[in-house]
Amino acid sequence: MATVELKSEVTGSVWQIKKQPGEAIAEGDIVMILESMKMEIPVVAEDAGTLKELVVKEAEAVAEGQTVAILEI
Amino acid sequence: MFDRIIVANRGAVAARVLRALNAMRIHSIAVYSEADAGAPYLELASETHAIGPAPARESYLNQETLLEIFRRSRADAMHPGYGFLSENSEFAARVESAGTCFIGPAPRWIEAMGHKTRARDLAVEYGMPVGSGSDVLPADRDIVAAAARRIGFPVLVKPAAGGGGIGMLPAYDESQLAEAVERARSMAQRGFSNAEVYLEKLLERPRHIEFQVLGDRFGSVRHLFERDCSVQRRHQKVIEEAPAPLIERQRIEALADSIAAILQKMGYDNIGTVEMLMGADGSFSFLEMNTRLQVEHGVTEEVTGVDLVQAQIRSAAGERLETILPERVELKGHAIQARVYAEDPKRFFPSPGKLKVYRPPVDSSVRIETGYVEGRDVTPHYDPLLAKVIVHASTREAAIGRLCDALDEFAIEGVKHNIPALLTILRSVPFRSGQVHTGILADVMS
Repeated sequence: MATVELKSEVTGSVWQIKKQPGEAIAEGDIVMILESMKMEIPVVAEDAGTLKELVVKEAEAVAEGQTVAILEI
Repeated sequence: MFDRIIVANRGAVAARVLRALNAMRIHSIAVYSEADAGAPYLELASETHAIGPAPARESYLNQETLLEIFRRSRADAMHPGYGFLSENSEFAARVESAGTCFIGPAPRWIEAMGHKTRARDLAVEYGMPVGSGSDVLPADRDIVAAAARRIGFPVLVKPAAGGGGIGMLPAYDESQLAEAVERARSMAQRGFSNAEVYLEKLLERPRHIEFQVLGDRFGSVRHLFERDCSVQRRHQKVIEEAPAPLIERQRIEALADSIAAILQKMGYDNIGTVEMLMGADGSFSFLEMNTRLQVEHGVTEEVTGVDLVQAQIRSAAGERLETILPERVELKGHAIQARVYAEDPKRFFPSPGKLKVYRPPVDSSVRIETGYVEGRDVTPHYDPLLAKVIVHASTREAAIGRLCDALDEFAIEGVKHNIPALLTILRSVPFRSGQVHTGILADVMS
């Protein structure tokens, strides 16, 4: 099985985790919502699969380009 | 007049208010969070106070800390700027009862206008033009659907306690309604600690036109004309100008006069802005009223010659409008402001980082309002506004040209910024011809 890394598109922090490891993910699902400069930015799965791992926790700071979750497809 | 004024804000607006206080020779007190320690504008203040960690809720939104600093610094008045606690009526009342003057309208006005459906009710009562909308929506989905059908799709779901374009979601038909309402409620709860939402008719490609007013504590209200703020992304303004292009002066000034007369009848008593939408048929409808200084106040200052920050402070100190404003406020030339944001110019995602290069244009005829200098960090904690670039010229065409030159010259490296998007829109045929509407940015960029 292949894995895909979901990356943060912004520097900010993790506001809400929407999916937990083991959960089935459909294409377009929001895995988590990040927050930066008063904006909410969703991290969206571009492929269907299973959430293998969350690399970050709620309230944790993230950098642009950082891997935040790993998806098994 | 006040002796000691504290500025409870940060960035470009803190710099702007501190400059006004220095011009008025008033002892100025600035506050700063850990992220803003060493910010360039703090040098303008007579004294400064640290107010806590970077996250806004622990510093600029921390009422207890701020009230304690007001007391310790013996401030007799407080300027809230815009954003943060500027439209929090509870805070304004606490400031006043602690013996510090809140530089803004009486707290009851902040409360009346802060709740959008109550503000709409008030506007209707006093005869302002108001578009169709609903009351606060109940939980019952059938009642929500009936309200939407009565207004007619498409509708816009809006937070009742909201502002700043946050949590506004369209529903083009009934199948989209329940989800839009649910998501808007969740965003409203998170953004404004109030999950109430309501519906408004969604106008297609309207213009956003707003009217600047100033009232005093003696029952007088006057207007300082309008601003067109139609160029927006995510319901947030990007380019603002005065006067509004392609509208007959007689017609818009008659509307401005009637708005000032209505607010005078209501008893409004400080600075404020009445926001309206203008439909494709030319009709105006009340959107909301902001009971504070606006981000785009500078364009009105440029075309009228009135310093709105000083005027606001003088009104709060109990001066009468006839001594604050000239007998006749006249409109001279054309002014445009562009907001330079630290964000991706295509997708508008925020882009914090270090300003490795930050060189605003040096032309003295270009007005720059900023809270940053080269080498400072743009943190993820606050709004992405880097600078407001404001120009004033004899005609709209000349002002657009000068603004393009200024933005071309503005060098920024280290964060992504929206100058390329600003230039694309300013140079586009629809904008240059004055055919503006709130969808113009999306049209031109696509």
